[in-house]
Amino acid sequence: MFAYIMRRLLMLIPVLIGMTLITFSIVHLIPGNPAQVILGETANQTAIDDLEESMGLNEPYIVQYGIYVSDLVQGDLGTSLRSKSEISSEIWPYIAATFELTIFAMIFAIIIGVNAGIISAWKQNSWFDFLAMLFALVGVSMPIFWLALMEQWIFAQELGWLPAYGRQDSRDPIAPITHFYVLDALIHLDFPRALTVLKHLILPSIALGTIPMAIIARMTRSSMLEVMKSDYIRTVRAKGSGQFLIIYKHALKNAIIPVLTVIGLQTGVLLGGAILTETIFSWPGIGRYVYEAINYRDYPVIQSGILVIAFIFVIINLIVDILYTRIDPRIKY
Amino acid sequence: MEIKEKDKQSEQQLPNPAKAGQQFDTDEIEAISPWKDTLKQLRKNRFAIAGLVIIVFFIILGILAPLVTSYTYDEQSLVDRLLPPSAEHWLGTDHLGRDIFTRIAYGARVSLQVGFFAVTGALVFGTLLGIIAGYFGRWVDMVISRIFDILLAFPSILLAIAIVAILGASLQNALIAIAVINIPIFGRLVRSKVISLREEEYIMAAKAQGMKNGRIIFRHILPNSVAPIIVQATLGFGTAILEAAALGFLGLGVQPPTPEWGQMLADSRDFIQIAPWTLIIPGVSIMLVVLGFNLIGDGLRDALDPKMKN
Repeated sequence: MFAYIMRRLLMLIPVLIGMTLITFSIVHLIPGNPAQVILGETANQTAIDDLEESMGLNEPYIVQYGIYVSDLVQGDLGTSLRSKSEISSEIWPYIAATFELTIFAMIFAIIIGVNAGIISAWKQNSWFDFLAMLFALVGVSMPIFWLALMEQWIFAQELGWLPAYGRQDSRDPIAPITHFYVLDALIHLDFPRALTVLKHLILPSIALGTIPMAIIARMTRSSMLEVMKSDYIRTVRAKGSGQFLIIYKHALKNAIIPVLTVIGLQTGVLLGGAILTETIFSWPGIGRYVYEAINYRDYPVIQSGILVIAFIFVIINLIVDILYTRIDPRIKY
Repeated sequence: MEIKEKDKQSEQQLPNPAKAGQQFDTDEIEAISPWKDTLKQLRKNRFAIAGLVIIVFFIILGILAPLVTSYTYDEQSLVDRLLPPSAEHWLGTDHLGRDIFTRIAYGARVSLQVGFFAVTGALVFGTLLGIIAGYFGRWVDMVISRIFDILLAFPSILLAIAIVAILGASLQNALIAIAVINIPIFGRLVRSKVISLREEEYIMAAKAQGMKNGRIIFRHILPNSVAPIIVQATLGFGTAILEAAALGFLGLGVQPPTPEWGQMLADSRDFIQIAPWTLIIPGVSIMLVVLGFNLIGDGLRDALDPKMKN
């Protein structure tokens, strides 16, 4: 086990180097002079020279890359050109906002997806099965930003049930501690605010969670169908156990392994989808942070934002891989 | 040479033994090639047919765009802005008074083109890299696999955004970005298939005859890896269109006035309450096309999977 984790960590090194090479290129491969691009067409020569100097753009690439990596290792993610503050000190609230959204989206996707998949397998070829699988198929084919816009229109603007934008009531903000607002509100024992925050989470979580939900439902169904055919299930059935017990106690344990793989993979996909969802719901997460940086040509933020998301993605994949060995002792590396 | 030919034949018959158990005489088995068999399976799949109908509809719509409408996609008429669907404007007009049906038809061209070129690019480079990695193994495999790992270390849409941020926002660059993020998907698929094929006896026989690597790869390995590639390409078509729409929505794809479905959604955002059709129609179009490719892809996978034949 330990050896496997070590090997898995060693394999991360080339991946991390590659990642930094790509984010490094974002600034250095843009056609033309990066300082000129950042400052715009009308910038005067002194400003360009100053920026080149401060960004170290006059050094050879290899030296620049060396400086970039050594800064990163020391936790220096650069300085935002727009806010003029250190990215490493301003990025946490954005990450927390994205995490909170991702966690709720995943909870939604897992609860609905796994159960829909189980019931579909249980009542194979019933109308429920047919509808659930049709819905799942439509779910994976839908652009999530479109779903988000539709939700916003129907549930926020037409029906007025749920808020359309943001994480909380901006006139009545929460004093942040962890920047996970649900958690913060609960720490303050402020239940009305916790409720407001939860209401803000519903629409974006559903928009973000729909694709994973559909994929999880399909995976659970096929995996359950396979397990339900196995001998030990027949034995349990012969023993006289009820259908509910057979499914949730015996079959699910084995059927869930491939589903967990999918859940792990989808968590990463959510981080990408968060960019679109956050843009639409004005959710102040890291996806929106990067997206706005693109509009302002705030290259240090684009670089570090993308790097941070990719880093989180890699860590999630690592955790998922290690978890497999715990869940399924048959998997040996 | 004869040995090779025989091997090839027996290989082609492999998907059929399931049938041999039933009462077919041998002549009939010879007559069914695996591709014809797949086609037969596919024709029985109503979902796949539905998918095909959807895709063919949009392809025809895209090709005939100038003929099916009397408007041009960039013709603005501010008097006619945000009109609901009518006999004059079948799907209504947008905030600049442009005919939405016309823009959807021309948008179909853009989306299908992006899908086609991005998937082709990803398929060609991914397959090539996958074959090289799987066939030669050792350090070549090491290097190529790590490159795949790195590309897969980014959530795909994020990598696409990064690439467009480097190259600049345009249709061509969006296309390149989508192709690049899909390369490792094809690459890994082909690599694992090649590794399993490499140990087959007929490949060893080909090597023993002194056949050159290139010939082994293109005549023997590639034809036998085709099935999963086709399935992935079909499903990838849908994903590529979704990714292109996402880039378009973020303003990182096609630049105006060329109509692109994702961008149409972004343009109409502010008018959802007064003119919901401006948002519903492009969204449904994207969904239908992607659904179409997913249905065909699922159907193909089932048809090509020998386990599903019963």
